[in-house]
Amino acid sequence: MKVAYWPGCVSRGFTPELHGSMAAVAPLLDIELVELDRACCTGAGVIAEHSQELADTLNARTFALAQAVEGADLMMNICSTCQGAQSECQERLDANGEYRDAINGNLAAEGLSYEKGLTNKNFLWLLVEEIGLENLKKKVKRPLTNLKVGPFYGCYIVRPTDRLGIDGEHPRDHYMHWVIEALGGTVIDYAGVYKCCGFPIITMNKDASLKQAGRHLSDAQDAEADCLVVPCPLCHLNLDLQQPLASKAVGRADLSMPVLHLPQLVGLALGLEPKQLGMSKHVVKPTSVIDWASAVVGAPAAA
Amino acid sequence: MAEYTLKLRRYDPQAGDAPYYEEFQVDLEPHRSVLEAILKVKAEQDGSVGIRCSCRAAICGSCGVRINGRPGLACHTHLDKAAKTGVNADGTTILVEPMGNMPVIKDLIVDMDAVHWKKIQRVTPWLINKQPVPEREYVVPHENMVDVTQTMACIQCGACVSDCLSMEVDPEFVGPAASAKAYRFVGDPRDAEQYERLKDLAEDPHGIYDCTHCFTCIDACPKGVAPMSQIMRLRRVATNDHHIVDRNNGERHERAFVSLIRGYGLLHEAELLPRSYGGDSWFGKFHPAAGQQLLESLPVLARGLATGKFTPRKAIFGHRIAKADLKAVQAIYDKVESKPRRYELNLYISGYEDDDETAVPAPSESESA
Repeated sequence: MKVAYWPGCVSRGFTPELHGSMAAVAPLLDIELVELDRACCTGAGVIAEHSQELADTLNARTFALAQAVEGADLMMNICSTCQGAQSECQERLDANGEYRDAINGNLAAEGLSYEKGLTNKNFLWLLVEEIGLENLKKKVKRPLTNLKVGPFYGCYIVRPTDRLGIDGEHPRDHYMHWVIEALGGTVIDYAGVYKCCGFPIITMNKDASLKQAGRHLSDAQDAEADCLVVPCPLCHLNLDLQQPLASKAVGRADLSMPVLHLPQLVGLALGLEPKQLGMSKHVVKPTSVIDWASAVVGAPAAA
Repeated sequence: MAEYTLKLRRYDPQAGDAPYYEEFQVDLEPHRSVLEAILKVKAEQDGSVGIRCSCRAAICGSCGVRINGRPGLACHTHLDKAAKTGVNADGTTILVEPMGNMPVIKDLIVDMDAVHWKKIQRVTPWLINKQPVPEREYVVPHENMVDVTQTMACIQCGACVSDCLSMEVDPEFVGPAASAKAYRFVGDPRDAEQYERLKDLAEDPHGIYDCTHCFTCIDACPKGVAPMSQIMRLRRVATNDHHIVDRNNGERHERAFVSLIRGYGLLHEAELLPRSYGGDSWFGKFHPAAGQQLLESLPVLARGLATGKFTPRKAIFGHRIAKADLKAVQAIYDKVESKPRRYELNLYISGYEDDDETAVPAPSESESA
């Protein structure tokens, strides 16, 4: 399938391995990525905090660019924070015609216009709803047997439930559990599954921010997870890049929890090599995941 | 009738025993409430179960609890829905626990005075009249009062406080309920101290900038108050209308973020950090506060460079969108920022067009300085 692809800023900035691993995984899943390289940052909720109209206009521009991609089935992103910020703007734009017209008025100079009803999905949702778990299972070459994975959903793709289309038919807050199982791994239940990584307040209250990250990492480690998997690069920054500081903040010198981006976990199971997935770029080395000698995950099965 | 297993967390601090879980079988129709099930257990099986309740109609806010791990009103949650909620839901078992972030008095009853009400009192939850007080009533614009109705819907049940993820690590955080209450008066045109209220909450190290934007309170609230949205509005009025530059870097972070997107189209992470501490310009990094942070961040930067996560080039120059697109983005900034009034849509007030095609109030314009 062809998708209008919004990679976000951080996946091309401080977590380039996310964008890279998505690009590596896409062909294996028959996803054609048409990158929305003309679009700007979603504002991550901060621009909306400054001015709702500005945030809504900038995101309406991105939506309009996505709608202009010929033959694309939908828009996809790989950053939960982007998904959350975009969903919030889209909810307003779709709810009220007069408001939508006014926002489109701000785009008129560029000849762009957003039409109500864009489908915008996070990679996780697309994986389950468009590609399907059965299909995904068939593509697995290196089952994640015995790999104990703690899902870390974060905030932006699970709350608020109504806005994100989470209901009985679409239990999107279960999807990461399902994907881990489909890839052959074992889901680890721990206290932090749906909690916040703390990243948004890292410059405002560093101690509280790092304590949040440290607590979830500790909980996962105590529940004997081999690694965490995240659908958001900002969670990755606080949980991986800041892990040495987070472990200090909670007084846990023993913390050593590899954190994988969702496309990396998928790629590993589909037979890609850790290096292709940028796993050498992590601060906490994912040795427990990819060290074939101590082998939690083995070499891919012959085709 | 259907059979449900009610699993209650029992705890009596005065008895000196550790908390434990106790299961009760309850026969009730699926549309009856969790509160009815608890009261049935109390009446027929164990009179010592502790639960606080009164109206049984989601008005009084007494019966806040955690149901299958999620905060809410016991009287406002149907048994069938409760039994299906949560990752470990099996369709018949309903786990009921006391609310979080507050000490337990007994079983499902928490000490609201120790946390919730203390925080409410902290935000001066009453009107400080503008002088002179008119002889009859104040005459205020309709839009202004509509603007605060969302916060007035709060029934003080504490569900948002229970699961606030910032409060979990920072118990001193003013929290969602009290912040919503603060906006109730900040947004009231009759109040004389908008600036003082905002300055106080912005400068407090555990004030409005302690919110981590996790949306938990929005989901928790049984009344649609959306406390987090009210916190964002407090920040918006504090920074845009009053230009309150706070010691928590809240205002600087917002200003730096907004202007970096204007300048690059994409986020320049390496610039955001020093500017959040030192101020919104390229020279921000030379401010002592930024210098100290950069020094503290050196190991992090070194780790990032060592792993090849980012290159020195990217750290210094960032990344940006093509020139023509950047110009278009900047034109949007100019157009929106030059408007004298804020143009906003609050879905709590306007509703959704598809719900009711006939009555959709237009978006509101509010005064901004």
